[in-house]
Amino acid sequence: MSAEETKRGGVRQTLARLLGSGSFDAVFLAGPALFGLLLFVAVPFAIAIILSFTNLRMGSPLETQFAGWEQYRRVLGDEAFRRALFNNALFALVVVPVQTALALGLALLLNQQLRGRILFRTLFFMPVVFPMALVAIVWKLLLAPGPDGLMNSMLQLVTFGAWAPRDFLRDPLLALPAIMVMSIWQGAGFQMVIMLAGRQGVPETLYEAAAVEGAGPWRQFLHVTLPQMRNTIFFVVIVTTILAFRLFDQVDILTQGGPQLATTTVMFEAVRTSFAEARVARAAAMTVIFFVIVVGLAVVQRKLLREEREIL
Amino acid sequence: MKPRSASRLLPLASSYAVLLVCTAVFFLPIAFMIVASLKPDELVLREAGTWRALFPGGASLQNYRDVFDRVNFGRFFVNSVFITGCIVLGGLVVNSMAAYAFARMQWRGRTLCFGFVLALLILPFEAIAVPLFYQMIEFGWRNSYQVQIVPFIANAFSIYLFYSFFLTIPKEMEEAAAMDGAGALRTFFTLIVPLAKPAFATVAILTFLMHWGNYLWPLMVVDHETYRPLPVAIAEFQTLPPIQWGDIMAFGVMMILPVLVVFLVFQKGFVKGVASSGIKG
Repeated sequence: MSAEETKRGGVRQTLARLLGSGSFDAVFLAGPALFGLLLFVAVPFAIAIILSFTNLRMGSPLETQFAGWEQYRRVLGDEAFRRALFNNALFALVVVPVQTALALGLALLLNQQLRGRILFRTLFFMPVVFPMALVAIVWKLLLAPGPDGLMNSMLQLVTFGAWAPRDFLRDPLLALPAIMVMSIWQGAGFQMVIMLAGRQGVPETLYEAAAVEGAGPWRQFLHVTLPQMRNTIFFVVIVTTILAFRLFDQVDILTQGGPQLATTTVMFEAVRTSFAEARVARAAAMTVIFFVIVVGLAVVQRKLLREEREIL
Repeated sequence: MKPRSASRLLPLASSYAVLLVCTAVFFLPIAFMIVASLKPDELVLREAGTWRALFPGGASLQNYRDVFDRVNFGRFFVNSVFITGCIVLGGLVVNSMAAYAFARMQWRGRTLCFGFVLALLILPFEAIAVPLFYQMIEFGWRNSYQVQIVPFIANAFSIYLFYSFFLTIPKEMEEAAAMDGAGALRTFFTLIVPLAKPAFATVAILTFLMHWGNYLWPLMVVDHETYRPLPVAIAEFQTLPPIQWGDIMAFGVMMILPVLVVFLVFQKGFVKGVASSGIKG
């Protein structure tokens, strides 16, 4: 046995003693992923929490000090950040029900024995493979101001000329709705596919039984489809809500948070604070607040699902 | 049973009507992008509000040539493919290995480590983007490929998907392999990996969808053209004077066309992968 092999054997034995027999293989298998998650996810998150309680600012001559809850107080008192929270919540309030209903509706339509349903499914899913940056840019052209814009001229057509052309992305009332519409366009296909899978998991015998009892399509939907797809629908609702709070790309490309903070979001404020202002501690506090919101949503999801997860 | 009467045809017809309207809504922006990319720049905006928006008059590939003249499109494209490819491949290896250790092996600390992975499931990338950025500066990784790849290889969600799949494989097969004297590693690589092909396909597709469009992170960590991926590149391009919408749309088409082809070829896989992401909830 060479020295090298003895050494490796020694490491193996030490590990085995430390972690139990057969654990060398386990460490070899799980080690890289655990190391990656620790170094690139857990550590930065811990750093964010620590930084959020300091006064660190890049390039500031002041010494970094413990600042208690000061950053949180400032962030929550900041007009732009409050508006960002409001915008994210409004975005979720509109996009989540609309997108979920649209996805459910499309899924139910496509669950019928229709000719060409694969083709339709493919078409509705197509925007999902589009990067959001590209979606934003294509929609910027669709939303072009003046009568030349496709959206403006279509709205004029369907309102028989009553619609006066608007500059959607520079209008404080229309900028956020415009971003909502393009986000729904990009995301609905993803949710539709999840809904379709959920619908196909509902036993057909339930519908047959309901039909025997004389339930029409509407009552079948209310009393079979909705309760049976409960978990799928909640899943889609929570995922879409969390996505709504992650909103960034469209805002950065189209409006930079404007006009007059009408489209600013938590992530946009965090990035702006971190880069344009180099206020590291404040951005960290924003990040932590963002995380608390997401965890809150996840906890709500668990409660609603009442699902017994059999993990481990 | 009732014959196929009007009462049955009406809902069918309305289903088709709704689907066709939705098709128009979903496909219109894509068609518009493709048509605009073929038009002379000055016509794109002028015709955007008319029926001609969807009919290219005097179609040519001039805009496509212009894109290559104005920016290094090939470089951006290769960057995106390379970065996403590394994340997907690295992730498949690392996360499937970890999932197997969690699903099938007994070791001290397993429960604790798996709890750690599950806890990270709900942590969205945005929650760590800012501190990770400063960490990457400490590493000296700003403006590089690795800064866009390495932090994303280990992924809690991928581990969870693999884990769920491995649990469905009958234990008897592994026990038989163990009887033949195969260790855990050999069992994993020679028996489990081939069995788990569908799980690998699902994770590959979901990882691809998650990272192909990455915008926020490269925007933060890369300001060199050398390492710039497509989403950031097109965002820069659309502000590059002179603003020519035909060129911008041509950039968009070239950016998405290869992906659309891959999607159409593997569309069953895409749909299955996305569907399975929601089943467990």
